[in-house]
Amino acid sequence: MIKQRLQDYQQIAKQGLWTNNQAIVALLGLCPLLAVTNNTVNGLSLGLATMAVVIISSVLVSLIRDHVPDDIRIPVFVAIIASAVTIIDLLMDAYLHTLHGILGIFIPLIVTNCAILGRAEAYASKNSIDKSFIDAFFVGTGFALVLILLGASREIIGNGTLFDQMHLLFGEFGKNMTLYMPESFQPALLAILPPGAFIGLGLMVAIKNAMDIKKQNKKINNLNIKITTAPVTNK
Amino acid sequence: MKFTNKIPLLLQKMLKSAFLLTVFVIVGIILLLITKHITSPAIKQAHLKTMKIAFNQVLPAKKYDNIPFKDKKIITDMASFKTNLPITIYRARKNNKPVALIIETIAPDGYSGNIKIMIAIKMDNSISGVRVIQHKETPGLGDKIEINKNHWITKFNGLKLNNNLSQWKVKKDGGQFDQFTGATITPRAVVKAIKNTLIYVQKHQKELYD
Repeated sequence: MIKQRLQDYQQIAKQGLWTNNQAIVALLGLCPLLAVTNNTVNGLSLGLATMAVVIISSVLVSLIRDHVPDDIRIPVFVAIIASAVTIIDLLMDAYLHTLHGILGIFIPLIVTNCAILGRAEAYASKNSIDKSFIDAFFVGTGFALVLILLGASREIIGNGTLFDQMHLLFGEFGKNMTLYMPESFQPALLAILPPGAFIGLGLMVAIKNAMDIKKQNKKINNLNIKITTAPVTNK
Repeated sequence: MKFTNKIPLLLQKMLKSAFLLTVFVIVGIILLLITKHITSPAIKQAHLKTMKIAFNQVLPAKKYDNIPFKDKKIITDMASFKTNLPITIYRARKNNKPVALIIETIAPDGYSGNIKIMIAIKMDNSISGVRVIQHKETPGLGDKIEINKNHWITKFNGLKLNNNLSQWKVKKDGGQFDQFTGATITPRAVVKAIKNTLIYVQKHQKELYD
């Protein structure tokens, strides 16, 4: 019983992080993803905020799934998501004021992130609370990881630094986190300009697909199917 | 006969849906009001702190003893500032005597829209300090107007308008201020906004402290 459940969780985790990653497979929520990832701290912060919203909304949606008639489920989900986003927005404004100023409009815009409504509609409204929580956690992590990876690579290539301005998120502790590329490194400005976001995301999708195809081919080879042609008989 | 039989089934369903939706929205609103109530003092404080840090960069804190954030005046003057947006002026005083004006002005002609600039101007009409507080200029080129990218903005410290109006331009236009390689429009806009603000303060200094 427990083993079965763990296996389910593992499956859900794999789906959220890799097979059905909302950012690089489903390609959902790209507007904030492309707009804020010009450095690591922005990517990480928006990733965490999105993750918090998807977890809160999925758990709530799963909790009420048997009590909402089908015809009004979407408006109810939207109301839940909008409330969760506004609460996160207010909390960030209060306790991470500068960061909130930088991310600005993209925090309220999490409401329109299809990935979140998608999880509520496709998963949480049909599954138990524990499964919905695990699903939301890994979907959120998968989305956040893409944001962090894209932000970090754009920051390294375009600005020659890594983890710059982390103090916006971690306070004093983050001030010494910045890593610098060697002096001789010439930053390529393109990476932190909008085209850099598209190119970076495109490369990530391509790499993911290439890895999947490679794995697929290996599997086929391992099966070692011998193709024998049946003799053609003519009567 | 039961009450429910009187209402058609469809209407019954609609009423139930409407009721449930209302309940969910009301619960949501209540949660938001509670959060807002809890966070609003913290938000106010965080905003005040951010302003204080910004003020400190353009005017040393020991020079004044009031709270300029609460002693402010908002003006709009298209002719002087070339923008219809409101310009906020904070008044710094010590022992109730005017010390300096901290002006949140706007350069409307940046390369990518408005550039928000904070300028502190002392009683003798000289600049105490300037900082760019918000802009959308090109990273790597125009963003050298930010203090953490370049020291360019500190060149304005202590400057005055005098009779050298023609000098308040970037070097490319025959003035005294450096432009950046690959970005002339941005520093040009900043210099112009600072000049306009200085001219305005020179004209209206007395009334701005009232």
